[in-house]
Amino acid sequence: MTENNLLLEIKNLKVAIENNMILNELNLKIQKGEIHAIMGPNGSGKSTFSKVVAGHPAYSILEGDILFKGNSIIELSPEERSHLGIFLAFQYPIEIPGVSNEDFLRLSYNAKQRFFSLPEVDPIQFLAIIMKKMELVKMSPQFLNRNVNEGFSGGEKKRNEILQMVLLDSDICILDETDSGLDIDALKIISNGINNFMTKDKGIILITHYQRLLDYINPTYVHVMQNGKIIKTGSAELAKELEEKGYQWLS
Amino acid sequence: MINQSNKIINNNLKKLVNKTYEYGFSTNIEKDIIEKGLNEKTIKLISSKKKEPQFLLDFRLKAYKKWKLMNSPEWAYLKFPEIDFQNIVYYSAPKSKKKLKDLSEVDSELLKTFEKLGISLNEQKRLANVALDIVFDSVSIGTTFQQELAEYNVIFCSISEAIQEYPDMIEKYLGSVVPIGDNYFSALNSAVFTDGSFCYIPENVKCPIDLSTYFRINDQTSGQFERTLIIADKNSAVNYLEGCTAPQYDNNQLHAAIVELIALENATIKYSTVQNWYSGNKYGKGGIYNFVTKRGLCIGKNSQISWTQVETGSSITWKYPSCLLVGENSQGEFYSVALTNNYQQADTGTKMLHIGKLSKSRIISKGISAGNSKNSYRGLVQMTDKALNARNYSQCDSLLIGNCSNANTFPIISVQNSTTRIEHEASTSKIGEEQIFYFLQRGISLEKAIELMISGFCKEVFKKLPLEFAAEADKLLSLKLEGSVG
Repeated sequence: MTENNLLLEIKNLKVAIENNMILNELNLKIQKGEIHAIMGPNGSGKSTFSKVVAGHPAYSILEGDILFKGNSIIELSPEERSHLGIFLAFQYPIEIPGVSNEDFLRLSYNAKQRFFSLPEVDPIQFLAIIMKKMELVKMSPQFLNRNVNEGFSGGEKKRNEILQMVLLDSDICILDETDSGLDIDALKIISNGINNFMTKDKGIILITHYQRLLDYINPTYVHVMQNGKIIKTGSAELAKELEEKGYQWLS
Repeated sequence: MINQSNKIINNNLKKLVNKTYEYGFSTNIEKDIIEKGLNEKTIKLISSKKKEPQFLLDFRLKAYKKWKLMNSPEWAYLKFPEIDFQNIVYYSAPKSKKKLKDLSEVDSELLKTFEKLGISLNEQKRLANVALDIVFDSVSIGTTFQQELAEYNVIFCSISEAIQEYPDMIEKYLGSVVPIGDNYFSALNSAVFTDGSFCYIPENVKCPIDLSTYFRINDQTSGQFERTLIIADKNSAVNYLEGCTAPQYDNNQLHAAIVELIALENATIKYSTVQNWYSGNKYGKGGIYNFVTKRGLCIGKNSQISWTQVETGSSITWKYPSCLLVGENSQGEFYSVALTNNYQQADTGTKMLHIGKLSKSRIISKGISAGNSKNSYRGLVQMTDKALNARNYSQCDSLLIGNCSNANTFPIISVQNSTTRIEHEASTSKIGEEQIFYFLQRGISLEKAIELMISGFCKEVFKKLPLEFAAEADKLLSLKLEGSVG
């Protein structure tokens, strides 16, 4: 692998919120074509990591850097990071009353088009685009008329996240516990969506508590995060071992 | 860090809300002014300048006497220094040398002013199908589409003209819905009102175009006291729109208007307002004090009156468009969006007084408070003993932006018979940091995010507005909020 294949690099990252250190000397490299699974006990900093990469304003970076395709992004706004190709599928997708899913998706799509000086699409053109993507995650068109995540079931919210990921076609996607709260069928649909989306040019980070997701998606690496840093890295086998033994034996 | 991120949000929110007021310019024009101060002489002078019949002068003087005995209301959740009524100009009119034959003779400075406001008096250029009456400081300067309306026997003119041309109707209806001693500000208005609009829709006529009044306060020390009277005769219908702006001055200006609506049997009146008076600067200096009495009388069987208001301007808003539901099966509606920012204060709502059998009312109120503003809903739903099987539905939602704004609701329900049905729903929400971050992560800018959420919040009210007003209201709200969320 040459450095040109490096999508995301986390360098010695120290992050705090309200004077509590959450990430402590975190290091991680993701090359094109790789799927990384990050596991670890509750409160180990996994969700913080995902939000920091996306640029959430609540966290302050004390030290270290985040490089996307070789360039530091820590001074960039969340919108710019999104346009450049960083996507975060939220653990708890928030409800937005009064805003239709269709408008939300179209604005999001057009914002990226505009960023790259590409033509924006009108609602009719957009409908053709979004319908195809919805098939990929088996979502019915009526979701377009509903308000963003409002009254969606847990599984529907997660599918909506994957739909957005597929629509924006981002290069690096962080999926924060996208498998939590899904039944077997929904898990299969979402895993399929992720597998079809993945290409040799993209990178995916799966944050998960359960080995079962990895039955459907084959990770290149499995990391264990604890106290804000990666304490062990292994292959898919590591996830199975964790499932059996828990995290105790590592520390 | 939460505090820090709130700070970021608030800074951005501020940017969004603090967009400068684009109507804040003033027009230099020769004026005919009655000197500052309020006394019987002022009132007589107004009346004589307008060559009014005796009954109207009596009406004014009676109102003035009542007003002198009254006190400024203190029950509203508003804080402002005492108004010095002797320091206000009660009559200010653009000087015109002769009586205008048509609108092309209007002073070119004035025409330019209205062009700048996006209003063209030239009928060819006018918004399709809206007839307009324009009130500049104390007087109406012109009404469009009068001839076309005359074909339908619809009367639409300034109230001054109506006083001359249709004195019987004025004598019969003026003050019949809002009695002169109704409240402090209505008494003041009844004493000193200078102009406004009058409209009569005859029996069986559905007014073919929307009617509209545009109010502009130009003079720095003049108050605006206008009066609107709309009468919809049996089986008639009309849509009425009202817009308002004022220049930016450091001192506060007073606006105390009265609107009276009368709907006879089977008549329908829809009255929509987009209020964008100057709201003062971001430290709360200047701006209009807006004390308005609006009331509709559903006197006939099956009559309907619907108020829709988008209140975004004024330093202080004190306004309760109400319906007296006297006719059997009559219907009153109130749809409101009130947005306050910086140091604006709004105490607004409605009264639905049910007297007729089977009368119905519906109240949808949406309050948005940003900055350090105060925004209160105040409402009264009263079911009298005669209002058998009457119904009311009320919904009052508040949306807070930032951490320093204030939202209140003061609903009062009074029921005097057991056959009525009343529903009341209320909610308070806040545009949260996590919602905004969700938009940002999807590449949607903060401004757009706020605009979408606000317009979603107000959807139920906006869809009641006439089309061109709805688009304007949407734009107006996002302009007003520019810089206020983040």
